[in-house]
Amino acid sequence: MQPTMGTQQSSLVKEKVTMKKRSLSRWTETVRPYAYIMPALLFFCLFFFFPIGYMIYLSFHDWSLLDLSAMEWVGLANFQEIMLDSDFHLVVINTIIYTFGTVAISLVLSFFLALWLNRQAKIYGIMQAAVFSPHIISLVSVSMLWMWLMDPQYGLLNAILEFFGFPAYTWLADTSSALLSLILVSVWKGVGYNTIVFIAGLQSIPKDIYEAASLDRAGKLRTLAKITLPMLSPTLFFLTIINLISSFQVFDTIYIMTQGGPVNSTNMLVFYIYEQGMDFYNGGIASAASVVLLGLIGVMTFLHFWFAERRVHYR
Amino acid sequence: MAQVVLKSLVKDYNKQNVVKGIDIVIPDGSFSVLVGPSGCGKSTTLRMIAGLEKVTKGEIWIGNQLVNDLAPGKRDLAMVFQNYALYPTMNVFDNIAFGLRNRGVSKKECKVLVEEISEIVGLTEYLTRMPSQLSGGQRQRVALARAMVKKPKVFLMDEPLSNLDAKLRNQMRVELTGLHKRLGTTFIYVTHDQVEAMTMGDQIIVMDQGTVQQAASPIQLYKEPDNQFVAQFIGSPAMNILSGFQQRLLVGFRPESAKIAGVNQEAPLSDRAQFMKRGNILSREILGSDVLYYVESGQEKLVVKDDLRYLLQEGQEVIVSVNEEDLYLFDQESGIRLRQGINLKEKQKLAGGMT
Ligand SMILES: Nc1ncnc2c1ncn2[C@@H]1O[C@H](COP(=O)(O)OP(=O)(O)O)[C@@H](O)[C@H]1O
Ligand SMILES: [Mg+2]
Repeated sequence: MQPTMGTQQSSLVKEKVTMKKRSLSRWTETVRPYAYIMPALLFFCLFFFFPIGYMIYLSFHDWSLLDLSAMEWVGLANFQEIMLDSDFHLVVINTIIYTFGTVAISLVLSFFLALWLNRQAKIYGIMQAAVFSPHIISLVSVSMLWMWLMDPQYGLLNAILEFFGFPAYTWLADTSSALLSLILVSVWKGVGYNTIVFIAGLQSIPKDIYEAASLDRAGKLRTLAKITLPMLSPTLFFLTIINLISSFQVFDTIYIMTQGGPVNSTNMLVFYIYEQGMDFYNGGIASAASVVLLGLIGVMTFLHFWFAERRVHYR
Repeated sequence: MAQVVLKSLVKDYNKQNVVKGIDIVIPDGSFSVLVGPSGCGKSTTLRMIAGLEKVTKGEIWIGNQLVNDLAPGKRDLAMVFQNYALYPTMNVFDNIAFGLRNRGVSKKECKVLVEEISEIVGLTEYLTRMPSQLSGGQRQRVALARAMVKKPKVFLMDEPLSNLDAKLRNQMRVELTGLHKRLGTTFIYVTHDQVEAMTMGDQIIVMDQGTVQQAASPIQLYKEPDNQFVAQFIGSPAMNILSGFQQRLLVGFRPESAKIAGVNQEAPLSDRAQFMKRGNILSREILGSDVLYYVESGQEKLVVKDDLRYLLQEGQEVIVSVNEEDLYLFDQESGIRLRQGINLKEKQKLAGGMT
């Protein structure tokens, strides 16, 4: 009996030890992955989540850059104010018109440019380079250049119009044409990049699919609609989303070319935020508008992915 | 249903002459195979028939219509591509139906036709799948169905089996010949594999470097090759070609028509043997029912295929003998086979004597 008892006891003890060991190892197993991602997590917290959170926090306060200690909790008052402010409404509408105008014109234009320029001969390579070149010029230079081009009296564009006997156009000088003029500049700047990405997408479509389609008696338009467009859908999706987001955040061109004028006709969200924060010292309003911008971009991105999941074809 | 005729067909790619004036008649309802080594212009020829490449010179007739300037879709033919070229963004049904819809076939009829074809090739369960969700064999079937559903006058296939594994390839080979029998449509089939060509085709067109070397039935090609290239390209292992006993002549014989025996053995030599060579067995390969002997005779190497009855050893000294009627003579320079103008006696003299 005794010896067996002894062995039993010792085995019991052993079991306890191994159990302890096991639970310890299980604990490290659970913790280990978190330990691994900790540095990245800290980084994101510090540089992404914290600023966003702090911005939201600020949007509930009345504050200004002049005196940061005089911050005052106002609840939703900032949001209430911008929601009732007709200027803000105009800013949002401008932003939406500008964004969709720019993205739609730029994508359609660059799609057809890509179809046209996607060829072997040398001249098409030169054309591609030419179309792409605005992309590498700084936006500031582009803005200066176009301010001159669009100058009502000394600008090149009006000179050309007049040369062909058309009346001079108002460009940036009139509320009815200023926003359109900004759209024109952005399209000019962005179309090259989109074209190149489209061309890359076109070139990744296997040639034999087109050959099969031609044997299947598909006409040009039908091939475009049924083969090229669906095959390009990942490219189209990518370009739409990055164009939308960057257009939504337009600032430099407005700051340099129009300062939001004339009469707020080119004032858009980011410029409005800047104006409120830096010029009018309405920190609270600026923060609230930033939150709205964040929300809008968030909704847009979400809708886009929701759509893409159903319609975009990834090979 | 139509006969296809190529008349002095030429294709240049920026001054590189790829197809050098070929004349072929592909009879209505035949299973014609274009075979030749890689890069000899088979695909180019097929693609010209399809209308995917412009003809540099010459004529292509389908039925009694000159099609040189006819768009591919108007030629009433279907093509199965090497890597299938399915439309990746369409499901199986749409892949098959696309050609029908472009022809203005009604939705209802489309459905009937597609379902009928998918039944034949065994795709019924997969109609809603995307091509990326199919195995290689299933994709192959979609490609076939897509071609068949249009009921074309001519089927073109460019190495359609080369992406399948060996077992599936054999199976599809049988299915394709069965399909040809059932449809009775003209098939033009491109391959670089002479075994595929021999087993499937009823007319084989052997090509080399942009020219037609010979067009004939499989048996004809095997028994009566027109030249050295065809003789060596058709048949496996390839025909032995030895330098002649007279200048400007080459002698050839097939490994399977030669006899081999050990020097000291009671030789099972044919009494009509006209050609003998003494040599040593370098190595042998046992294939199962047969064995291949690689024999070195002087400077030359030759292959003999024999059954396993008298298995010879490596290093053994042997005599290889060939019957007179199994010998082929070729002109050394042109490679053209010499059939006439050499009588039996001369042949004996040429081939005779042991070395
Ligand atoms: N688009 C092309 N441009 C230039 N040369 C080509 C082109 N297509 C094929 N070739 C050349 O034509 C020759 C025959 O090609 P191909 O018909 O594809 O041969 P095969 O199908 O018999 O292997 C090759 O030397 C190939 O390099
Ligand atoms: Mg080929």
